[in-house]
Amino acid sequence: MKSAAATRYDKYYVPTQSHWPIVGAVALFCIASGAGLTVMQIGKQGTSGSYLLMTGFAVLFFMLFGWIKNVVHESMSGLYSSQMDFSFRQSMWWFIFSEVMFFLVFFGVLFYARMFSVPWLGGEGNNAMTNELLWPEFQSVWPLTTTPSGETTQAMGWFGLPLLNTFILLTSSVTVHFAHHALLAGKRTQLKAFMIISVLLGFAFLYFQVTEYIHAYHELGLTLASGIYGNVFYLLTGFHGMHVTLGAILLLIVTLRIFKGHFNKDNHFAFEAATWYWHFVDIVWLCLFFFVYVL
Amino acid sequence: MTGAADNTQDSYPQATEQHEHHAPTGFKRWFFSTNHKDIGTLYLGFSLLMFLIGGAMAMLIRAELFQPGLQLMEPHFYNQMVTVHGLIMVFGAVMPAFVGLANWMIPLMIGAPDMALPRMNNWSFWILPFAFAMLLGSLFMEGGGPAFGWTFYAPLSTTYSNDNTAMFVFAVHIMGISSIMGAINVIVTIVNLRAPGMTWMKTPMFVWTWLITAFLLIAVMPVLAGAVTMVLTDKYFGTDFFNAVGGGDPVMFQHIFWFFGHPEVYIMILPAFGIISTIVPTFSRKKLFGYHSMVYATGSIAILSFVVWMHHMFTTGMPLAAELFFMYSTMLISVPTGVKIFNWVATMWRGAISFEVPMLFAIAFIVLFTIGGFSGLMLAITPADFQYHDTYFVVAHFHYVLVTGAVFSIMAGVYYWLPKWSGHMFDIRLAKTHFWLSLISVNILFFPMHFVGLAGMPRRIPDYALQFADFNAIISIGGFAFGLSQLLFVWVVLKCVRGGEKVPANVWQAAEGLEWDVPSPAPHHTFATPPVIK
Ligand code: HEM
Ligand SMILES: [Cu+2]
Repeated sequence: MKSAAATRYDKYYVPTQSHWPIVGAVALFCIASGAGLTVMQIGKQGTSGSYLLMTGFAVLFFMLFGWIKNVVHESMSGLYSSQMDFSFRQSMWWFIFSEVMFFLVFFGVLFYARMFSVPWLGGEGNNAMTNELLWPEFQSVWPLTTTPSGETTQAMGWFGLPLLNTFILLTSSVTVHFAHHALLAGKRTQLKAFMIISVLLGFAFLYFQVTEYIHAYHELGLTLASGIYGNVFYLLTGFHGMHVTLGAILLLIVTLRIFKGHFNKDNHFAFEAATWYWHFVDIVWLCLFFFVYVL
Repeated sequence: MTGAADNTQDSYPQATEQHEHHAPTGFKRWFFSTNHKDIGTLYLGFSLLMFLIGGAMAMLIRAELFQPGLQLMEPHFYNQMVTVHGLIMVFGAVMPAFVGLANWMIPLMIGAPDMALPRMNNWSFWILPFAFAMLLGSLFMEGGGPAFGWTFYAPLSTTYSNDNTAMFVFAVHIMGISSIMGAINVIVTIVNLRAPGMTWMKTPMFVWTWLITAFLLIAVMPVLAGAVTMVLTDKYFGTDFFNAVGGGDPVMFQHIFWFFGHPEVYIMILPAFGIISTIVPTFSRKKLFGYHSMVYATGSIAILSFVVWMHHMFTTGMPLAAELFFMYSTMLISVPTGVKIFNWVATMWRGAISFEVPMLFAIAFIVLFTIGGFSGLMLAITPADFQYHDTYFVVAHFHYVLVTGAVFSIMAGVYYWLPKWSGHMFDIRLAKTHFWLSLISVNILFFPMHFVGLAGMPRRIPDYALQFADFNAIISIGGFAFGLSQLLFVWVVLKCVRGGEKVPANVWQAAEGLEWDVPSPAPHHTFATPPVIK
């Protein structure tokens, strides 16, 4: 017991000064104010916002690259104890938890729209007069293809691309899992193969998602502004798509590191973090597929 | 409650050893820092600055309300002041002050060498000045800053807001990122870096309350992010989340906002509970009464805070069952809160109390926070709230819990730990003057708000009926007095940082906890190897 405690608490690595955090803060400032200006300049003169936004992302990638490089270097030179490893792991869990909460908001909106606001506008419960006075023509149906103000659109079916994407993402979750086992068993070739397959599946998903959006905009007339159904559809799938992009990039970085010979069966936090993130993205998709497309 | 550590001041070898690495100075020290103490100082300094800026806005508001009629400003400017005052005080003053205290004190209290992720710590801090520069900057843009109240209800923030709302949205986004990273750091530090032997039930109360606060932060800041995102798309991208025209609902905004908002008010009070639970035992020379019940009370408050949000929405026309449920669940929160107040009083009971400045603030907290709790209980009574809602009674309620609650606890904490940070005792006479001036003026400021509120004076309006004139003049005088008194606070702090009587390691003699084992001022690095708690 004593010796276990002694190693666990031996020496906690406290990095020396670093300029990356302040660079990161400047990056976020450029992104936030750039995004703000870009949005405000929609349909107006001026492009200063988008330049600032792009600069912000450039600085952010520069910062992430430098920071991660430092961390990888520290990790490879054995500065991290198991206690440090646990700190990283825990932070990742909590980060994923915060992401779960973020998605819950939009699922909450979906349920609220389906169960309350749309039926109420259609006169359900004690809201007969609401319907009568505001939009007597309006009928409460889901997916809401005709909004109270009379705009129409078509709903996105679940068969076809969405179903295909579900298979793609589920398969990639499995291949990532196999990759983890291969890493633990020290089978590097298998590990590499499974990682490459997973990354490719991730990007395939994104490709089909974009195809689906194009189909929705051009053939179904389903846009971001098509009432609450379109709103929820695009915000949920859009934020999910952004997370898939991030997750795929993480997997790609991890794969490149594997090719450089990083990670072994005891020391592979970055690998695991990326796979947890991937599984999380996958679970969000399952909920999405079920609640947004099928039901 | 930490259990005595076995290294006291004399057996503290690391201190001198560690001092050998010389601490970086100047620009690099503050901008590139990975040191929890320096980052804590940054947070606290930033919070003080925001407190003064937000305070200046409050002075403008009170100047306008000194007399009925429009005197000094356009209603639109008044609305901006009310909004930005609220946002600055909540996100810029109170929250960063608590994070600053967490940074300074949690590693010292649990015997950790630093926060678990020191670089991310610095990142969380440096986002804040930029975020507030954006928010304050929008005030100077054409069309003005946010003017829809800190609660940014739709459609005020969508259909009726000015074109610069995107600045507000993205400023809130990066504040949220900062808070989430800060909270993750706190949780991981507490879970992972407690000294060997510091079991959960030996962990100091301030640490406990911050652990639970950090959990609340991670759970609800993303909800706020979701809310501002939908405001953005509703305003600029044609979505109808909060607009019935497309099947949405403005009331849905209130649900989302308050699902964040109510836990948020507990984010601002739980660390305050921790500070008071630390200070009261020291100056009563007794152990904290009912430590275990304090821990459980904190936990139950946190859980309950997720199921009371609709008490802010009683007048939106919700089903009777919901009115009743949220009335009772809200009242239920008073039970664990009452447990805490009982425990503080029981700690003082028959203690050898001395009235040092931190204790004065702590006692004022206990009494005045309780008043705020009672007015909250009145507001929780649904039928009564139909009368009180959106009046100055609500303003009185939340200023009692936030100013004489959260802010007083922060001041108590600063007076309590300032000698440890600076190595000097502050000017006690001046500090006591600050206390008494604040105590008297704050009550002149906020107590009469109860009466004008009960009489029906609405909040967030720059003009009012003649019948409220006398009370408002008194309120404004109290406001100016309270505002000026805080300049004295700034002076006391600066004076203490620059010099003063040297203090020993255990500044307040009877204080318990690892932070009192390290010398004063606390050396740049502490607990490079963890102490062992028995
Ligand atoms: C005994 C515990 C409490 C109860 C029963 C309670 C109850 C309430 C109720 C019912 C309201 C809504 C009033 C209305 O708008 O008509 C309210 C508002 C508010 N409470 Fe509390 N409260 C309690 C503690 C706290 C604490 C500890 C804080 C913060 C530290 C706080 C901060 C606020 C704020 C900021 C508002 C107003 C929000 C706004 O509309 O701008 N309350 N409280
Ligand atoms: Cu509340």
